[in-house]
Order: sequence, then C-alpha cells, then structure tokens
Amino acid sequence: MDSSVPCAASASSAAPRAAWPRHGGLVLLALVVFALPLAARNDYVLDVAITVALNAIVCVGLNLLIGYAGQISLGHAGFFALGAYGAALLSGRFGWPALAALAGATAAVALLAWLVGRPILRLKGHYLAMATLGLGIIVAIVIATEDGITGGPDGMTVPPLAVAGFVLRGEQAWYALSGAALLLAVWLASNLIASPTGRALRALHASEIAAELAGIDSARHKLMAFVVSAVFAALAGGLAAFHAGFITPAKASFLHSIELVTMVVFGGMASTFGAVVGAAVLTVLPQLLTVLKDYEMVVFGALLMATMIFFPRGVVPTLAALWRRRRP
Amino acid sequence: MGAQALQFLAAGLTAGSIYALVALGFSIVFNASRVINFAQGEFVMIGGMAAASLVGAGAPLLLAIAGAVLLATAVGLLLEKLAIERAARADVTTLIIITIGASILLRGLAQLVWGKGIRALPPISGERPIELLGASVLPQSLWVLGATLAIVAALSWFFERTRAGRAMRATAANRLAAQLVGIDVRHVLLASFGLASALGAVAGALIAPIAFTSWDAGTLLGLKGFAAAILGGLGSFHGAVAGGLVLGLLESLGAGFVSSAYKDAIAFVVILAVLFVRPDGLVGALRSERV
Repeated sequence: MDSSVPCAASASSAAPRAAWPRHGGLVLLALVVFALPLAARNDYVLDVAITVALNAIVCVGLNLLIGYAGQISLGHAGFFALGAYGAALLSGRFGWPALAALAGATAAVALLAWLVGRPILRLKGHYLAMATLGLGIIVAIVIATEDGITGGPDGMTVPPLAVAGFVLRGEQAWYALSGAALLLAVWLASNLIASPTGRALRALHASEIAAELAGIDSARHKLMAFVVSAVFAALAGGLAAFHAGFITPAKASFLHSIELVTMVVFGGMASTFGAVVGAAVLTVLPQLLTVLKDYEMVVFGALLMATMIFFPRGVVPTLAALWRRRRP
Repeated sequence: MGAQALQFLAAGLTAGSIYALVALGFSIVFNASRVINFAQGEFVMIGGMAAASLVGAGAPLLLAIAGAVLLATAVGLLLEKLAIERAARADVTTLIIITIGASILLRGLAQLVWGKGIRALPPISGERPIELLGASVLPQSLWVLGATLAIVAALSWFFERTRAGRAMRATAANRLAAQLVGIDVRHVLLASFGLASALGAVAGALIAPIAFTSWDAGTLLGLKGFAAAILGGLGSFHGAVAGGLVLGLLESLGAGFVSSAYKDAIAFVVILAVLFVRPDGLVGALRSERV
C-alpha cells in the first residue's frame, strides 16, 4: 500500500541463489507437512494443523496481492465465506457432487472478484483498504441477514466431502488433503512469483508509473493477483466448510479479514513462506493461549503489537536478514 | 410522511454527529502519521464503558463522562508513546497492524475490567422525548448535536488560530517542511493521538445512552467513522464532518424507507458507490501520482 515497502524478493540476489528459496523452501515445507503426523498422532493436533494449512492457503494467495502487487485487501474473509457458503449450498441444497460444488463456488467467486476488482483496484492505499473492507462487510451482512438461504446468524450444516461414493472422514485423511492442497498452493504461488508476471507485480509495487512506462499493463496484473488471491481464499473456505461440517457468518466477518491480513504481515510481506509461518503462528497461538482464559485477548494483542514493533518487516524477512548477516 | 421524514432526519443527524466525531479522530491521526488507527473505535467503546462504570460506582454523570474522556486520552497517549513512536521507522502497513493489535488488546482489557455484559448510561437530561414539528426527539439527541457543534467550532478555532493547531496542519501538509521550520513532529504525533482518542471517547459517552454499549461496541462504530472520513476525503477536517453527517442521514433514511435489516450495510454500499465514481472521496481533490 505504500511504495516504501521493501521488495524482499528483489532482483539483486544472483540467479543460482534465487533458485534455492524457491525449491528449497518448498522441500522444507513438504518435510514439515509429512513429518507432523509422525510426531503427533492425536486428532486435536491434526485438527489445528488442518486449520493452519487452510489459513496458510488463503495467506499465500493474499500475499501475492498484498506483499507482491502492493495492494491491500481488508475483505478477503468475504471471499473465504462465499467459497464456504457456495460449496455448502451447491452440495447441500442443490445436491451437486462435492467436488463440483467446490469448483462451482470457486468459479463464482473468481467471476465476482474479476467483476468488482476492475473498479476497486483503480483505488489506491487507504481508499482501496476502505473499498475492500466495505465489500467484505456487505458480504458478511448479506450472509447474516438472508437466513432463508444461509441459516442467518445460526449458521448452516454442510454435508461431508464425498468423491464418487467415497466419503472423506477422519482427521488423518483431512490432514493429507489439506497438506497436499497447501503444497500445491505454495508451488503455484512460487512459480507465479518467479515468472514474468511475478516480476511485473513487483515492478508495479515499486512504482506503478515506472512499471507502465516499461510496458507493464498494471491494471491487468493487479486484477490477476486479486482474482488469484480470491480463488485461493474461496477454495480454502470451501474445504474448511466441508471439514467442519458447519459454517457461521463469523467466517465472513471483518475480524476474520483482519486476522488474514495480520497473518500475512506478521509472517512477512513478499515472502510466501512468511505467509505460511504467519498463518501457522497466529492459528496455533490462540489455541495455546486458551489456557489463559480471560487474559487470552490481552496477551494476543500485546504479542501482536510487540512482534510488529520489534520485527517491523515481519518475522521471516527479519530473521532471514539476521541469518544472512551472520554468514557474510 | 413529513413527520416521519423529520423523525428519520433527527435520528440520522444524531448518528451522523457521532460518525463525524469518530471520523475527525481518524483524519487527525492520519494527517500526523499517514496511519489508519484501527483502535479508534475502541476509544469510543472506552468512553461509553468507562462513563457507565463510573456512574455505576456513584459518580455524577458529567464527572463520569469527563473521567472517561481523560482515561481514553491517557490510553491514546500511551498507545502513541509505547507503540507507534517506537515503530516510527516501520512502513505504514506494519503501523496499521500495530493499531489492530492495540484494538484487540483494548477489547481484551475492557472484557477483563468491565465484563462481557451490556451496559447502559443514563442520558444527560432525562428520557422524555421532546415533540418537534410532529417528530419526537430524545433530549440526548439534542445533546449529541449541540456537543458536536461545539466541538467542531472549538476544533476549527484550534486549527486556524492557535500555534499548536497550525503546527499540526503544517505537519499534515508537509512533514519535512514542518520539521525545517522548527516544528517537533513527534509532539504533533503525540497530540494527534491524544486529541483523536478524546474525540472518540466523547462520541462514545454521548451515544451510550441512546445505543447500549459493550466491550465490542467499538468495532462497527469505528468502521463507520472510517467510512465517513473516507467519504469526505481522508485528512480533510470539513470533509470528516460532512462525511459523518451524510453517512448518518443516508443510513437513517435508508433504514426507514428501504430496508431496516440492511441498515448497517448502507454506509458501506454508499462508500463503494462513491469511490467507484470519485476515487478520492467527495471532497478530496484528484491528485496525480508522482514517480
């Protein structure tokens, strides 16, 4: 949202080193995803891990928009919830097969993002923040008000995810699915960032006018990042709905949008693995803090503030910079 | 029909005054720091909750309101000193996340201190509605309107006539140039957080007798105040006041004549529609970007 945001993935690093974080990080993430069920076999840990993976998918997409294209969105919970409610309605009420419902809801969200993205992305900075925030809140209010369709504030149940008669059940199966989806999302995002499109996004983040002078169609690239991030959010939302078997309008709330942006900035903007780390830390932390009961919000807020004060660029880029300085 | 419209007008101006006060807080902090202070709504909440709890403890109403405003101002100053100033070199997005952290922290503290229940504050001069051209108006609405008018007048005097106010305007116009003529922009930043939190708390204490207050009442009021500030052009003094009043009126008329279920959505539909046509708000001048 501000051109002073440093581009962590600047073109300054040499080509062979640039390849390392792209594939090395993915291998590392894959190892973590595979190792986790060996270390922890109880359903509670897996349930939290599934939530981490689904949140991380949203954050990896959102990071393309915020971290790389430099466009803020305070309304992505709206896309998440539309994906969730869309999948639930198509499969529950209209009897679509689960995968078709997931695809249909995601396609509808993509279309919506493409339609509203054109006028919204003309806005800059805080005006863009306001517009995306407004969009998210309108989605949340519609979902909470149209109780004939969505069940209103009480929420609605979602049928289980069944593919060709086989019903996906149990936390282990769900963990495998969401872990695989996360790896796919990270792989797609890394490839996109390394492609000419990713370069164009970083260029227009640094200076939109300079990028346009260099022949980059900034409106088209911003819209693409917006639609891709909305698709990631909708898919994760749909999966989350099938996994939980129940959804409420809270998933569409402004607070959820803020939570998603916070994960991206906390982990470190313009760092795909920062987005994953941010999602993991900020999903697990409230679970750990539940032992504090009434003090949970106070401690969470204080930790968030302290982290952003001492790691202003986000956790992963700040630690990476320290690591590089240690090894000249 | 006429009386009904008048009724909606009164309700709209009352809500609009509150949005205007909150919007002024957003604009003042934005001018000093380019930061959207997402904790602004929590100052509104603190104003209402602290006043209600002081009254509950036996304090006279006006003293309780003054105490609540002082408390909120102290919290605003602390937020600037302990968090914003320390992260002064971070970019704007990081600062915004810090204010979000502050808002979570303040809501958590409010829950701890004041509990999770809903609180009510007694109105300043009774609850008997005043009949006005067929519409019945709560005396508290008149207090809201009068207090807002007085505050806006006092702030215009402050920004036009006093050294401190001019220093704040100079910093908003050009931070570096302000520093060069000897203005300590750190003091301006501190003053703007203090002023914004006081304005929020006044708004909270004024609206609490009309709408109940609770630990999470600040979020939506804060967002509507932000929408009002954007509607009038972020950073514009008169824009914030006009934006608040326009938003309050549209909301009240929309809820009355179109759909009361979608009352809370109206502000955001309006702001989207306006931004699509005028990307810099109603008052904001279209600026060209510099490379």
